[in-house]
Amino acid sequence: MKPFAYARPGSVAEAVRDVAAEPAAVFLAGGTNLVDHLKLGVARPDLVVDVRTLTSREISDLPDGGLRLGAASTNSEVAADRRVRERYPVLAEALLAGATGQLRNTATTGGNPLQRTRCVYFQDVTTACNKRDPGSGCSAVGGYTRHHAVLGVPAALPDPTAPETCTATHPSDMAVALAALDAQVQVLGPAGERTIPFADLHRLPGDDPSRDTVLEHGELITALDLPPLPAGARSAYRKVRDRASYAFALVSVAAVVTADGPGSSTVRIALGGVAHKPWRATRAEQVLRGGPLTEDAVRAAMAAELAAAQPQPGIDGGNGFKIPLLTRTVVATLRELVEATR
Amino acid sequence: MTDLLEPRAIGRDLARRDGVAKVRGTATYAFETPVEHPAYAHPVQATVARGRVTAVDTSAAEALDGVLVVLTPSTAERLASTDDAELAVLQTDEVGFRGQLVGVVVAETSELARQAADLVRVAYEERQHDSVLSVDRDDLYAPEQVNAGHETDTAEGDVGAAMASAAVALERTYSTAMYHNNPLEPHATTALWDPAAEVPLTLWDSTQGVHPDRATVCRVLGLEERQVRVVCPYIGGGFGSKGTPHANVVLAAMAARALPGRPVKLALTRQQMFSLAGYRTPTIQQVQLAADRSGRLSAIAIDVVEQTSRIKEFAEQTGVPTRMMYASPNRRTTHRLAALDVPVPSWMRAPGECPGMFGPEVALDELADELGLDPVDLRIRNEPEVDPETGKPWSSRHLVECLREGAQRFGWADRPAPRHRDGAWLVGTGVASSVYPTMRQATSTARIRYADGRYVAEIGAADLGTGTWTTLPQVAADALGVDVDDVEVRIGDTEYPIASVAGGSSGLNTWGSALVVAAREFRGKFGRRPEDGDEATGDVDQAAQDEDHAAYAFGAQFVEARVHADTGEVRVPRLLGVFACGRIVNPRTARSQFVGGMTMGLSMALHENSVWDPQVGQVANHDLAEYHVTVNADVGDVQAHWLDEHDPYVNAMGSKGIGEIGIVGTAAAVVNAVHRATGVRVRDLPVTLDKLLTGLD
Ligand SMILES: Cc1cc2nc3c(=O)[nH]c(=O)nc-3n(C[C@H](O)[C@H](O)[C@H](O)COP(=O)(O)OP(=O)(O)OC[C@H]3O[C@@H](n4cnc5c(N)ncnc54)[C@H](O)[C@@H]3O)c2cc1C
Repeated sequence: MKPFAYARPGSVAEAVRDVAAEPAAVFLAGGTNLVDHLKLGVARPDLVVDVRTLTSREISDLPDGGLRLGAASTNSEVAADRRVRERYPVLAEALLAGATGQLRNTATTGGNPLQRTRCVYFQDVTTACNKRDPGSGCSAVGGYTRHHAVLGVPAALPDPTAPETCTATHPSDMAVALAALDAQVQVLGPAGERTIPFADLHRLPGDDPSRDTVLEHGELITALDLPPLPAGARSAYRKVRDRASYAFALVSVAAVVTADGPGSSTVRIALGGVAHKPWRATRAEQVLRGGPLTEDAVRAAMAAELAAAQPQPGIDGGNGFKIPLLTRTVVATLRELVEATR
Repeated sequence: MTDLLEPRAIGRDLARRDGVAKVRGTATYAFETPVEHPAYAHPVQATVARGRVTAVDTSAAEALDGVLVVLTPSTAERLASTDDAELAVLQTDEVGFRGQLVGVVVAETSELARQAADLVRVAYEERQHDSVLSVDRDDLYAPEQVNAGHETDTAEGDVGAAMASAAVALERTYSTAMYHNNPLEPHATTALWDPAAEVPLTLWDSTQGVHPDRATVCRVLGLEERQVRVVCPYIGGGFGSKGTPHANVVLAAMAARALPGRPVKLALTRQQMFSLAGYRTPTIQQVQLAADRSGRLSAIAIDVVEQTSRIKEFAEQTGVPTRMMYASPNRRTTHRLAALDVPVPSWMRAPGECPGMFGPEVALDELADELGLDPVDLRIRNEPEVDPETGKPWSSRHLVECLREGAQRFGWADRPAPRHRDGAWLVGTGVASSVYPTMRQATSTARIRYADGRYVAEIGAADLGTGTWTTLPQVAADALGVDVDDVEVRIGDTEYPIASVAGGSSGLNTWGSALVVAAREFRGKFGRRPEDGDEATGDVDQAAQDEDHAAYAFGAQFVEARVHADTGEVRVPRLLGVFACGRIVNPRTARSQFVGGMTMGLSMALHENSVWDPQVGQVANHDLAEYHVTVNADVGDVQAHWLDEHDPYVNAMGSKGIGEIGIVGTAAAVVNAVHRATGVRVRDLPVTLDKLLTGLD
């Protein structure tokens, strides 16, 4: 662990100013991810600015019928909030499917979507990783890819030495639900406030895998806004993992279904554990729009969504199993939602 | 025949004597030992899998304020013995595996030590490494013997001919993964080197045996036993990884010797434990079974391929249980090793039996399927009258009774049809047998003294969480014929008489036998009315020893598995084991051993897997977030039952050892249940959902 300065300024504005002024500064919220990274040497900041008590911990109603989650509200508080559970069950379920009770009591609304990948190579400073150490290469190619991406990756087998190679996944469950809910991210930065649609917060690796999001240095998440869902909408989160609890998703599905009329509904689907960002399955949504949600229709929609999916070969057979698993999980999740709507 | 003790304290459900201290946090573990002004050590590990250290730059580390000592291969003391390459810490430039120790930093705080360790720059000449285990390697070799002194290969009759002529012949390959012991308490030592003191070196070390630990440290450092004291009252688990000292213990002692008078603390991080604290080798098991239509075996064979480290041999005795488990005229077992550029494997709960009862017990299920027989009946049909390996009669063998009672308790007869579906879940049940040899070590001495109206027994035994603090007083009380509350037993210190390692489920059998001898001596000398200070000792080698019988504990495990029809997720709502392990000394601590073993077996079946990355040359998932151990949510109803077994041949307690048998067979029973639920036979552990998906429609 490298020594660093710790600051707890008096306001969010000061916190933003402090971080903006120091290139090697980071915000600290619950610390459940950042502190691990400090110990492992994955994060090596000079300055840690604690915003935990500065941002709001409130969960408040918005005039349009939505909800605002203050950045410091904990994952446990959000999951337990009656309004969240009634109006956005997908979010409560996603939160409760993540980590453990102890971690959720500490982890925050602002920190959760910004947690970093669990790629084992990213977390081990003795191995090459373009995300942690840009240009060093990618150890995951042909390695342990079970938790790696199948969507948003190049069509050819990635080159382990190329600086843009990264097949890491975003590990958050909460973020998958937020993607399906069309949440809005409220940000305060050195240049003032801005709102980012949640779907645009995270990025694909592109030519710079070191950047997970579009946030600029010094930009602080102050709240997440959940727009109201259409009347009669139903939502659910389904996480598939290697043990019953306390494991990251192999794949996960956040779905919101709204019945538009007889035999017709609108579906929103977000997928977790499969890409560098929470993956909004817009192609599948399009295919399904206006039609009946039969299992065949869902399968066809997923076939369209996954047409460009690229399994990553690797140890123990790689991660090709995620492709059929995704379809099966989406089919099962929508089946249950439709049955519940009837 | 041994005269069994009249059980008065033995058999009682007594609470752990150390329980309150542990719950309150007042029980001190090795790293927490209160010492004056400790310094902290942090290892530096090799980042290449094979090669040579060409230069070490310690200047940045040494420049940090508060760094006390930096040791490297060129500055560390020369050890007296380097025969054991695992323990020849910092003695050569050669790197035999990634993660091997190449240095250590000692500093005023653990944070500083860790920071400074990061700043040590090591340059390597890297060589091609080779770490992939496979049956096709052309350098597989037969070790001279396998763990615990067993023969490498055995053969009787002609397996090939039996396979060719049998009504049913089955040939399958199974594999078990690499597993790490991962005790909750990391491997940790507090070490003090005080050259002027009467006992210059004190190690408060988390170990399964203070005396064997000391013997090894003395050999490596060239010290006399009287110069070293090892203390370990409590252990936060070990499962074998603390059964022999690993490199970290030597490193802690070396760090302390570089800083005379100053206690030095060294605890491995979880990540470091994946390369420095031993592990169970992956195994590949080629199993052959031949049988007639009634299910009677005419051949049984297992050919095992497994790995060891190029720097040190450890050969797991995986094929050994096949030698004695079932009757068959033709039999063969072999072990072949690949010596790879990997960390050194070692003991992990039930070495040999645990992996070795996977392949054959799944194969029996496959055979039962082919024959249309109930797998419980198939096992009963192949019950041997005498030990097939030695021809000796059994001291007691109640496998059939375990199978029958288990079947009855589990509701086996009413088991659902194959691929039974209950809502979203496919349901299946499975069975497998368990076995573990009954052992007693050759060395252990107990001393009993009468003081203040109580009997104090001392023996350098270990309680690795198993209950020794509680069960030894029960044995001593019955041996002395007094109330258990009048007996105090002290363990975990080389100041007490020599005791064997807590391993091979032999602890109670060995130390209890020494206590019984000591009690007999004591009563012989002082009668029933001793005076303060009266004292007697007893050695285990004076206890009656039976050579004429084959002594094993047996068991049967039954599993209900549920597989999600859409996703392939596996849940195991029920595990039920029935064991025949001689007399149970304490039902409470025994139950937690059985249940713990079975849960660890479930963990092996579904979750545990040290994912070896041959490109990098290390375990990829080297922390507990990624190395999955079964969690509470995975564990349903786990029941352990036992028969009231009376074995007059094993020892005076009539006990067979219970620490390991619970993990034996569980994984096979899970695989068999999953097969019944889905029709998919998973032959390579762990059973993960990706292996089931293609078989679900
Ligand atoms: C063993 C383990 C298992 C886990 N399992 C799961 C799981 O199954 N599913 C899951 O979803 N998660 C899981 N987690 C991750 C956990 O959910 C995250 O660590 C947590 O949500 C992060 O929140 P935090 O407040 O602690 O963030 P921190 O650790 O404080 O910060 C995380 C990152 O966000 C930045 N940051 C924090 N707040 C802000 C802000 N307001 N504005 C800008 N930047 C900010 C920090 O600089 C840091 O880079 C697990 C974690 C562990 C340790």
